[in-house]
Amino acid sequence: MTTLPSQTDTKLGLVIDLDTCVGCHACVVSCKGWNTQNYGAPLSDKDAYGTPEGTFLNRVHSYEVQPDQGPAQTVHFPKSCLHCEDAPCVTVCPTGASYKRTEDGIVLVNEDDCMGCGLCAWACPYGARELDLMAGVMKKCTLCVDRIYNENLPEEDRVPACVRTCPSGARHFGDLGDPNSDVSKLVAERGGMDLMPELGTKPVNKYLPPRPKDTLDCGVALNPVAEEAKGFLGWLDNALEKM
Amino acid sequence: MSAAAGTRIEARPSPVISDEVRQTTCYMCACRCGINVHMKDGEVAYIEGNRDHPVNKGVLCGKGSAGIMQHNAPSRLRSPMKRVGPRGSGEFENISWDEALDIAADMLRPIRENNPEKLAFFTGRDQSQSFTSFWAQQFGTPNYAAHGGFCSVNMAAAGIYTMGGAFWEFGQPDWDRAKLFMIFGVAEDHDSNPIKIGLGKLKANGAKVIGVNPIRSGYNAIADEWVGITPGTDGLFILALVHELMKAGKIDLDYLARFTNAPGLINASEGPDKGLLLRDEDGKVLVIDRATGKLTPFDQMGVKPDLNGTLERDGVTHRTVFNEMATRYLEPEYAPEAVAERCGVSADRIKAIAALLAKTAFDEAIEIDQPWTDFRGEKHEKMIGRPVAFHSMRGISAHSNGFQTCRSLHILQIILGSVEVPGGFRFKPPYPKPVEAHPAPHCGVKPLSPLDGPHLGFVRGPEGLALKEDGTPARIDKAFTWENPMSAHGLMHMVISNAHAGDPYKIDTLFMYMANMAWNSSMNTKGTMEMLTDKDENGEYVIPNIIYSDAYSSETVAYADLILPDTTYLERHDCISLLDRPICEADGAADAIRWPVVEPDRDVRGFQSVLCELGAKLDLPAFINEDGSQKWADYADYIQTHQRKPGIGPLAGFRGENGDQGGRGAPNPNQIDAYIENGGFWINHIPDEALYYKPWNKAYQDWAVEIGILDTPMPYLFQLYVEPMRKFQLAAEGHGERQPPEHLRERIKETMDPLPYWYEPFEGTMVDEEEFPIHALTQRPMAMYHSWGTQNAWLRQIHGHNPLYVPTKIWEANGFEDGDWAKVTSHHGEITVPVSHMAALNDNTVWTWNAIGKRKGAWALKEDAPEANKGFLLNHLIHELLPSKGDGMRWANSDPITGQAAWFDLKVRIEKAPPPDQSQPVFPSIKSPVGQGPDDIAWEVGK
Amino acid sequence: MHPAPSVIFFTAFSGLGFGLLAFLGLGMPGLNGWLAFTFYFIAYAFAVGGLLASVAHLANPKNAIKSFSQWRSSWLSREGVLAVVTLIVTAIYAIGRIFFDTSMPALGAVGSALSILTVFSTSMIYTQLKTVPRWNSPTTPFMFVAYSLAGGALLAGQVTLALFTLALYLLIVAAIAQLLNWRVGDQRMLTSETNLGTATGLGNVGVVRQYEPPHSGKNYLLNEMVYVVGRKHARKVRRISFVAAFLIPVLALLAFRDAPHIGGMLAIIFHILGVIGSRWLYFAEARHVVANFYGK
Ligand SMILES: Nc1nc2c(c(=O)[nH]1)N[C@H]1C(S)=C(S)[C@@H](COP(=O)(O)OP(=O)(O)OC[C@H]3O[C@@H](n4cnc5c(=O)[nH]c(N)nc54)[C@H](O)[C@@H]3O)O[C@H]1N2
Ligand SMILES: Nc1nc2c(c(=O)[nH]1)N[C@H]1C(S)=C(S)[C@@H](COP(=O)(O)OP(=O)(O)OC[C@H]3O[C@@H](n4cnc5c(=O)[nH]c(N)nc54)[C@H](O)[C@@H]3O)O[C@H]1N2
Ligand code: SF4
Ligand code: SF4
Ligand code: SF4
Ligand code: SF4
Ligand code: SF4
Ligand SMILES: [Mo]
Repeated sequence: MTTLPSQTDTKLGLVIDLDTCVGCHACVVSCKGWNTQNYGAPLSDKDAYGTPEGTFLNRVHSYEVQPDQGPAQTVHFPKSCLHCEDAPCVTVCPTGASYKRTEDGIVLVNEDDCMGCGLCAWACPYGARELDLMAGVMKKCTLCVDRIYNENLPEEDRVPACVRTCPSGARHFGDLGDPNSDVSKLVAERGGMDLMPELGTKPVNKYLPPRPKDTLDCGVALNPVAEEAKGFLGWLDNALEKM
Repeated sequence: MSAAAGTRIEARPSPVISDEVRQTTCYMCACRCGINVHMKDGEVAYIEGNRDHPVNKGVLCGKGSAGIMQHNAPSRLRSPMKRVGPRGSGEFENISWDEALDIAADMLRPIRENNPEKLAFFTGRDQSQSFTSFWAQQFGTPNYAAHGGFCSVNMAAAGIYTMGGAFWEFGQPDWDRAKLFMIFGVAEDHDSNPIKIGLGKLKANGAKVIGVNPIRSGYNAIADEWVGITPGTDGLFILALVHELMKAGKIDLDYLARFTNAPGLINASEGPDKGLLLRDEDGKVLVIDRATGKLTPFDQMGVKPDLNGTLERDGVTHRTVFNEMATRYLEPEYAPEAVAERCGVSADRIKAIAALLAKTAFDEAIEIDQPWTDFRGEKHEKMIGRPVAFHSMRGISAHSNGFQTCRSLHILQIILGSVEVPGGFRFKPPYPKPVEAHPAPHCGVKPLSPLDGPHLGFVRGPEGLALKEDGTPARIDKAFTWENPMSAHGLMHMVISNAHAGDPYKIDTLFMYMANMAWNSSMNTKGTMEMLTDKDENGEYVIPNIIYSDAYSSETVAYADLILPDTTYLERHDCISLLDRPICEADGAADAIRWPVVEPDRDVRGFQSVLCELGAKLDLPAFINEDGSQKWADYADYIQTHQRKPGIGPLAGFRGENGDQGGRGAPNPNQIDAYIENGGFWINHIPDEALYYKPWNKAYQDWAVEIGILDTPMPYLFQLYVEPMRKFQLAAEGHGERQPPEHLRERIKETMDPLPYWYEPFEGTMVDEEEFPIHALTQRPMAMYHSWGTQNAWLRQIHGHNPLYVPTKIWEANGFEDGDWAKVTSHHGEITVPVSHMAALNDNTVWTWNAIGKRKGAWALKEDAPEANKGFLLNHLIHELLPSKGDGMRWANSDPITGQAAWFDLKVRIEKAPPPDQSQPVFPSIKSPVGQGPDDIAWEVGK
Repeated sequence: MHPAPSVIFFTAFSGLGFGLLAFLGLGMPGLNGWLAFTFYFIAYAFAVGGLLASVAHLANPKNAIKSFSQWRSSWLSREGVLAVVTLIVTAIYAIGRIFFDTSMPALGAVGSALSILTVFSTSMIYTQLKTVPRWNSPTTPFMFVAYSLAGGALLAGQVTLALFTLALYLLIVAAIAQLLNWRVGDQRMLTSETNLGTATGLGNVGVVRQYEPPHSGKNYLLNEMVYVVGRKHARKVRRISFVAAFLIPVLALLAFRDAPHIGGMLAIIFHILGVIGSRWLYFAEARHVVANFYGK
């Protein structure tokens, strides 16, 4: 049923640190690799060696932010499904293929049911769903549901592929429904934010904003020990004496 | 009406991931991360990072994760090939390995019998340099180098001459303890995952990051402070910081006195020793002991070297290096106000950064309760740390003033006392290692004999130059000549043009491995292609024979006469050895292997194994047994059995007959299996008391000897003052036997300054500022590796073409709009390319991603591939020679000290142009020797 | 949004088809036998043809049958279910008319109501999308239903003066609905709180712009949702489609008062062209919030 669960046992999701992401696309490719080999149909690439058009579940945008004062800043911005609590992609789905799990809030597409109408992608504000052009079914981040509980993986590897691979540690995974989880604490500490809160989707994933930049106080300078080079050598002698 | 719901995924799914995991080393770039290769039905199914691996600790970059698409790329070469069409056409005929090796041996045998130097063997992005150089040495040619010369030799040489170790991937910031980190001119670097892991740690620890870079992307995007410096001026900026710190007395005097040659006394007497350091009969640097006031060798127990001493002798005052530095750097020309405009950084900002450096280094110093003993025998109860760390790479080194700029940065680190201390910069074994522990270059050629020693090394003075009896260059690339005396890595970027010009001499065969010289690694790409195809009056190619080993259908393949196809990195043995560029961490020595996790399904062979066979065919002494038979069946055999010195071989781990020795030990016939068992690598941790202060730390020196990195303990002082440089100046001043040619005298006097200074990059001084006012740079994209990421179906979707990024000021001045194109002109050439706006960019700089543009027909791509239509190279604008000065000579576009290619000196002008149908210039399509890739793919194996 | 021919065709023709069915169910015109068959044939051709066109939009049509399952939550599912129910109900009514010369007025009325409901639910597929501010307004269902009724009236309208007037009125109402939809849509675009600043959460740091897209080539999102139509071009299509859908039909009806066949025919042809133009615009002009992420 594509009605949403009124409540989920946990709210698993990602926390992405925009202050740390260097825009390396590691998460993008590792996601592609994992999901080409695992959940559902492989992520395909049309015209792979010409003008390619492939399916990816995670993409990294690059933005510039021009503050009122100071130079423009650059922010690399990874984006995948935010596993919204009020997921509009789920309720619009006519076939029941899209659903949100009651146990952990993960939003999934059951490819056996999907008819590839694309309406869920239209309903998602975040561009988190891509229709696979070869398989004809809707693809989206699965939160690596086939990793996070996987008993064939060592305990420490039971995290999403993108989290495991992120070299700078900008991606965190956990239960955002539990205020005491590491991710919840991080969100609280760093003022984690929702994307497009005005659309009422209540995303589970949170973004940690970049810390303030270019804040160095340019009024501070070192005091010279002497004005003259000669004076400096005098100071040096004294300093060496004291050592 | 209701249809039955399909099978939803179970609540806690646990699918089986793979049949087997094989652990090897990534080679999607030169970072050498450990990977877990998941196999399904004998095929590569999924690649992830190896958590236990010292380099990447489980993480993997985008390229690494895309390895499966590289390994299966349609561009893979399939068979040895013989050229049948004209050079550059791409027309080949498949041949057998026997025929290929016969052709190669027939080309090379007469060379070795007559003039071994007529073989130029250059190996590009080689991770087996200790082996390939060994092969070249055995062959007897002096003409061997890898890509270091055009890459970042300024960084390497400046580091080694100054501190006995360099940034590059040979050292690292103390990521766990640094509180302030300054990163100069780095987009990605070789140590790509470790830097990202490190930045993540700094961020988690709340450390501050300052990015000095004209472009604010990548690492600079997350920097707390961005210094959008004008290219080529970092030296000035750094020396202004040095000025501020010295002036305020915010320098680590104790450190300078104990661990550097700052207290060394500069000989002021006129004559051949002028400017050299005073030494005792044993050659030890003398210092004035403040306790006794006496002249004493620097390494005596209890000596308190005086930084400010002067010595009157024969009516001349000899002053310390430090005194000289104070005199120079306190000059107003280095004051922030004096450099601000030129650097594009305000004086206040420079001062504030100096103050922050001082505050962090001295007011926030850290102490570790770890006793250690220095080389003088003095015991220290604690390890004092200055938690400011620096890192830097090609942004400061790929300029013609790069060597001195890199030196300036090391001076800054050292006066802060922040090298090899907690929180500062740390070396990775086999560094630190003084210049004295490195070989000097060798060029003694004799037919049918090995070269008289290693090709590359560190010259200590004019006597070490690679010159022939008549004073002409011994090497085809003119490395170690008066033009670039300290060219420690050779000059790969000059090989083709020198060989074509027959200057210094003609060669017979150019043998290359893993370098796309007909495209993205050459300056003047068009000219290079012409040189490779140019014929003499007899209709013969000017460069008679070209042998090339590539694994893929690159642009350069088309220019070779004989192709030796390599395997992919998952199909061969390799060793990432302590003898060249290992995988060490600051905390330990480590090395690694690659092994065939899958066997090749084509008629290809690992290049190193091919060299084992070719070496034997050519009777190279080390490659045959006494009975003349082939010594090493393949590279794996070499890796396990070769010994450089007794007990020391390519791999340091699992040595000894039982595999229980590390570092030193007899060869172990099961060594590779032991590596495989251990996850593909070996690591030996440095004892706690040896973790810092390594150049002077007795425990470290002993450990290094024990594991075979050093033969004997070799503690040394940091060389703020680089005496060998002074020796070249002395020669230029007329002293000594070996004299530079007249036209180089002045330049040597000036540029070989033993204390760093700043001069304007050459191209900027030689072109008209009005005509070419803009700096043009490239950056490495994190998700692409030079040319070789393009064949990767996944990666090429991220960077399939590259715009030229233009800063707001230039964007507006030209009235650019989205989708516009521009003509970009340098003194050498012209390109027409798409432009894009970027505000977080230095006002006078444009840039693009490196090596995205491709030649049509290469890499098994289709004709409409965006890389070959919208993509472009900046290389068409860069020349290997500077514009003529009117003296009839054209100087190399390189650093005058090391020969480092000055990629980033490029100056251009830019104007709006009507959009052409594709980026200009366009070259004719190459015939693909491997056809084209398939249309659609959905890469899933084992289901 | 990408103005895909399949969705344009779907919304345009199913609207016309169900509009005609609505009138037929009310006995306007109240024909039997072959004549009724002709009308029903046209209505079914349009309605079913439109629905089939929507199937062409599916990437995996073999699962289309499952789209009837989620009527409790999904407007697309409701639309499917309603369409089928409507077609069945109206078919029974039609069979009566065509073969048995009988009229079941109650059943007819139910069929008419269902027809309108179907069109309404079609419109709700778009209206419900907060991601497309232009669509997300009550003017969308108003417009869809008005178009459907006006078109239906035209198609159904043959001779009676009464009907002529009705068609005229309905055309005017639809024209108003269209103008309202454009106006409110334009307004919604302007007043939408959503921009790259809220999309990235970086809006409070400063002005946000994309400097490098996440991939150099195209992808599904760009093809499907990031369609940019030039403002000038859009205005032109608006004018043309409005003239075709409303002005010409109204004038034709008035001018050919005495030859209603000709007037009706002309009106229908132009109206349909106008509807297609309007629907093209409906998609092409609609900006999905995801375009923000791509700086479009
Ligand atoms: N404009 C500009 N130009 C530059 C630079 C710049 O910053 N700006 N940077 C310069 C620098 S620092 C460098 S290092 C060079 C790098 O330039 P190159 O040395 O040319 O490096 P690559 O393009 O990585 O590839 C070299 C070749 O290795 C081949 N190859 C890949 N894998 C294998 C393998 O397993 N076996 C064999 N045998 N071959 C293989 C590839 O197919 C390719 O043809 O570019 C230089 N060029
Ligand atoms: N992903 C990936 N990794 C790679 C490679 C690759 O191709 N792809 N190549 C490998 C190789 S061969 C090399 S040599 C390394 C090089 O690694 P990097 O040293 O990071 O090399 P570049 O990408 O050339 O970046 C040079 C940086 O210096 C900046 N810069 C240019 N001029 C100046 C200047 O005057 N001052 C300052 N402060 N900055 C300046 C540029 O803006 C750019 O950010 O990367 C290695 N790692
Ligand atoms: S892997 Fe991490 S650092 Fe790299 S783009 Fe993704 S989130 Fe950013
Ligand atoms: S991000 Fe998009 S796809 Fe994911 S749950 Fe939210 S609305 Fe659905
Ligand atoms: S594309 Fe598939 S998952 Fe999405 S709404 Fe249509 S049927 Fe549901
Ligand atoms: S959680 Fe898994 S599916 Fe989602 S973006 Fe990360 S790797 Fe991709
Ligand atoms: S940095 Fe990336 S490409 Fe390079 S070795 Fe590591 S994982 Fe492989
Ligand atoms: Mo390089």
